[in-house]
Amino acid sequence: MIRKTMAVARKEFRQIVRDTRTLTILLVVPVFFLLLYGYALNFDIRHVRLAIDDRDHTVESRSLTAAFVNSGYFDLVASISDAGAARLMDRNDVRAILVIPSGLGRAMRTHRSAAVQVLLNGDNANTATTVMGYALAIIRNESARYATLPTLPTGAPSALSPLLTVEPRIWYNPQLRSTLFLVPGLIAFITMITAVVSTALSIVREKERGTMEQVRMAPIGTASFVVGKTIPYFVVSFASAFGIIVAAMLMFDMPMRGSWIVLLVTMSLFLVGALGLGLLISSAVETQQVGFQLAILISFLPTFILSGFIFPISSMPRVLQIVTYAIPARYFLTALRAIVLKGARIEAFWVELAALTLFAAAVLTLSAVRLRRQWRSA
Amino acid sequence: MSGPATGPLRAGDRKTSAITVDNLTKRFGGFVAVDRLTFDVREGEIFGFLGSNGAGKSTTIRMLCGLLAPTSGAATVGGIDVGRDPEGVKRRIGYMSQRFSLYERLTVDQNITFFGGIYGLARDRLAARRRFVIGMAGLNGREHTRAADLAGGWRQRLALGCAILHEPPIVFLDEPTGGVDPVSRREFWNLIDGLSESGVTVLVTTHYLDEAEHCHRVAIIHAGRLAAIGTTAELKRMFADRAIVEVHAASPIDAMRLLDEMPEIEKTSVFGTAVHAVLKHGTGGIAPAIKTRLERAGVPVASIAAVEPSLEDVFLEVAETPDRARVSAAGKP
Repeated sequence: MIRKTMAVARKEFRQIVRDTRTLTILLVVPVFFLLLYGYALNFDIRHVRLAIDDRDHTVESRSLTAAFVNSGYFDLVASISDAGAARLMDRNDVRAILVIPSGLGRAMRTHRSAAVQVLLNGDNANTATTVMGYALAIIRNESARYATLPTLPTGAPSALSPLLTVEPRIWYNPQLRSTLFLVPGLIAFITMITAVVSTALSIVREKERGTMEQVRMAPIGTASFVVGKTIPYFVVSFASAFGIIVAAMLMFDMPMRGSWIVLLVTMSLFLVGALGLGLLISSAVETQQVGFQLAILISFLPTFILSGFIFPISSMPRVLQIVTYAIPARYFLTALRAIVLKGARIEAFWVELAALTLFAAAVLTLSAVRLRRQWRSA
Repeated sequence: MSGPATGPLRAGDRKTSAITVDNLTKRFGGFVAVDRLTFDVREGEIFGFLGSNGAGKSTTIRMLCGLLAPTSGAATVGGIDVGRDPEGVKRRIGYMSQRFSLYERLTVDQNITFFGGIYGLARDRLAARRRFVIGMAGLNGREHTRAADLAGGWRQRLALGCAILHEPPIVFLDEPTGGVDPVSRREFWNLIDGLSESGVTVLVTTHYLDEAEHCHRVAIIHAGRLAAIGTTAELKRMFADRAIVEVHAASPIDAMRLLDEMPEIEKTSVFGTAVHAVLKHGTGGIAPAIKTRLERAGVPVASIAAVEPSLEDVFLEVAETPDRARVSAAGKP
């Protein structure tokens, strides 16, 4: 049994190694995808081109300007007077304009309120909302400074000073960098596709070439055959997934707060499930072409949409939420985020590990059963 | 695993049957692919299985190999019931198909290692068998050549070698010589003769009728039924009381039409550029009459000669009139 399984594994491994093109695809393309998606899929907005129309020219107005520039979100590209504003915005030379009215400095010093105006280009509503959030936060900060300055002789708090201020603390990702949220998702997404596609062709290829006919004449069980097929692809996809994780840490500053061992075990379970899913597809189809299409269809969209990679599962309709239980990437993603971002221990996500194990066992068993049925007929 | 080495044997030396087939039937829906087939194959025999495409040869082989369950009837291979223990059958047989399915990217050596592995051969035995197969297939010095780079004849012999790594007492060859040059075909048949001499039973399907002459016995299967069985000499005896005349004429088609009209002639068929006419009786003295008739109709005749029946004549005879042709060594070993 073991000897037969290893014979299949060794043969398959030799075929993969001989096939340099496939090997390159399996090892290099995933990292390339990570770079591509990692840089393109970024919800953070930086370098918003800002123009300032300062009609006050006081210490306070300069301080407010400095606060915008120092925030890192805005790049000051122009100082303008009222007349130029519309033109700059029309030409898309700037996407935000801060108008500081004259008298701001005086108002601050005397604890009277004053309004500044922020003009935003709203052609992309999402971007505008985010930028507005940044602007409001900066202004609120500045405003708070004046409000709490003990300038009144009595030392009593001014009427303007807020009695309660919110001090948000964001855990795991204090700067709320969306890459930290996205990169684990990308790792799951890319790994899933690579693994499923790699094995989706491996059985059907033997059907097409006729070698399957020869193999099924041998006294070898389909379980040995399926497991033997999985082993070498596991080695390759493990190397590939490990490469992605290292690349994510180097290029996107993904932290690694938990245990490497736990991470690799979780990843292995996920990989075996994905490889098994590929084998199941491969055992069900008759041509490599259909196998490939089915693999992409089954791995790509569900993982992208239903795994919690981008869209939170909790805000999906109930029916879709139920569907997500069948998506292995969902469990891997939860566990992966828990490990790398939170440094969580295994107790926190054993349910996910159990689900991954169950999925892997189910798809491998189904592939063996399906294949046995085929070997027995026709 | 192989039979006791009793030296070279000829067909019929053995009393035991390697394969027994008893009323074997396979239906696919309403279509009867194999219809109540009954025959035996003796140990060490080279048994040819002839029939046109779709006659039911492959279906029969698949049932005998334990790949396909029979609808009714029974068969044993190496004493094992194919319906009851298909896995047991697999351990006792070797199988090679016309596609001689090797892994093209792997080398000769790696293919042998793989097939030895899935048959569960231990390391020592595999090493010995590897030497045997390399020698048998004439692949010395090519152990590290990729299967894809081997010429057809070598690949075919390597495929045969891979199919018999586990020394099965019974070997099934499904059109093993398809797409191989004549020299390689002859070498291949020498290997099969060798296997048979060492006691291995070989059941081979082919549609090259000349190859059937290598077989100790042949069965002709037509429309799922056994149409004839016996040695090639026995089969040809169905023409014992009828002569066959080979006519080389300028226009075979016209010649056939004219010959069919002659009352002495039972039927005609085209053989390459010639026409074979089967006479109703054993008299070969009809030649002058044929010549006169054809030439009077404007069809020049190059030659007319009585010929021995070939297997092709037999094949056409049983294919066209399956009922009258049960020659029969059928059933009795």
